[in-house]
Amino acid sequence: MATFDLELVSPEKLLLSRPVEMAIIPAAEGDMGVLPGHSPMIVALKGGVIEVREAGKQPERLFVAGGFAEITPTRMTVLADEATPVAELSRAQAETRMREAQAAYEAAAASGTPEAREAAMDRYLATRKMVDVAGAA
Amino acid sequence: MANLKDLRARINSVKSTRKITQAMKMVAAAKLRRAQQQAEAARPYAERMERMLGSLGGAVVGNPDAPKLLVGTGRDAVHLLVVVTADRGLAGAFNTNVARFARNHIRELEAQGKTVKVITVGRKGATYLKRELASRVIEEINYVGKKRVGFEEADTLATRITAMLEAGEFDVCTLIYNRFRSVIAQVPSAQQLIPTVLPEAAPAGGEAQAQAWYEYEPDEATILAQILPKNLAIQIYRALLENSAGFFGSQMNAMDNATRNAGEMINKLTLTYNRTRQANITSELIEIISGAEAL
Repeated sequence: MATFDLELVSPEKLLLSRPVEMAIIPAAEGDMGVLPGHSPMIVALKGGVIEVREAGKQPERLFVAGGFAEITPTRMTVLADEATPVAELSRAQAETRMREAQAAYEAAAASGTPEAREAAMDRYLATRKMVDVAGAA
Repeated sequence: MANLKDLRARINSVKSTRKITQAMKMVAAAKLRRAQQQAEAARPYAERMERMLGSLGGAVVGNPDAPKLLVGTGRDAVHLLVVVTADRGLAGAFNTNVARFARNHIRELEAQGKTVKVITVGRKGATYLKRELASRVIEEINYVGKKRVGFEEADTLATRITAMLEAGEFDVCTLIYNRFRSVIAQVPSAQQLIPTVLPEAAPAGGEAQAQAWYEYEPDEATILAQILPKNLAIQIYRALLENSAGFFGSQMNAMDNATRNAGEMINKLTLTYNRTRQANITSELIEIISGAEAL
């Protein structure tokens, strides 16, 4: 099967760079599967799991807390704010972060501008997703 | 002439100084390697980000309601300088260089009638700038006690700057830091953060053609609004990393020089010590011989 080059980078390092057959990314407006030959796109990501599929291998799953993806027919670059393999997520840690995000959201909801509130909401949802994913793993 | 005991004490003290500087040099070399690796690891993200921004920015730049982070406030009266230095000294002229550069920059801006506000990152720069320009320093940040600077710190600072921009507290933001040119050369330099300097459009040809067709989801403006603060954070992060790599490079050099100087000092002192000792022996011998002859 045809492949395309997937690059996953976070500000602190290059996490993944290799040809894959398919990747499912958590785009801001719903999950999206990317195959080779996809039309060029730049999409925003929400918190969620990137699933990387290759023939004859277990799909690899990585949690990202948001970011962007640049897609061209021959490659996809994901700029993740933060990325961790799902297997390495810890539920307790995720829950602490969720509580922090929740508190931040409540503070923003009480006083902040609508934009600040929305940004805090996005972060909160991302951490909630993280807890879900960590729990399932 | 100094007596032998004093000379011995001096030699010993210089020897222990040399041991310390030598150890510091080794430590700095090891840390430098790590800092360089970290800077290396951050590069791919910055490069991809730049590419994406290049293709996005062109589409929005002429738009009157383009985000402030990209085009600034349209005024040029209040300048915010973010001055990045190290938290520690013993690194030659590393901190002084960047602080002096910042000071000249401030003077120049003020000569043009602009208002200047300063955020200092790192303890050393803060002390230097506060000596004469205390009224301009609005905030001091340092990472004393932190083993390494992560992206998180840069992100926090970027958020702070964005909030200040939204509140209309400044018009132009410039980052001043030591650019890491090589282990022995760090160049103080200023980089404008806001308004954003867009990367040069991709050269004509295949890549540029492909960029024209991008689809955006949700849409250009939304993505740009998210990507710009990230870009700001990444620029700051890069400056922090270059600063720490430069610091260790500079410290390594300074300690190398210090070790060499201590070595020279020891040689000189040892020579004096031996000469003095010989002179003492000779004069004692003369005393004994002339005493024996008198008998």
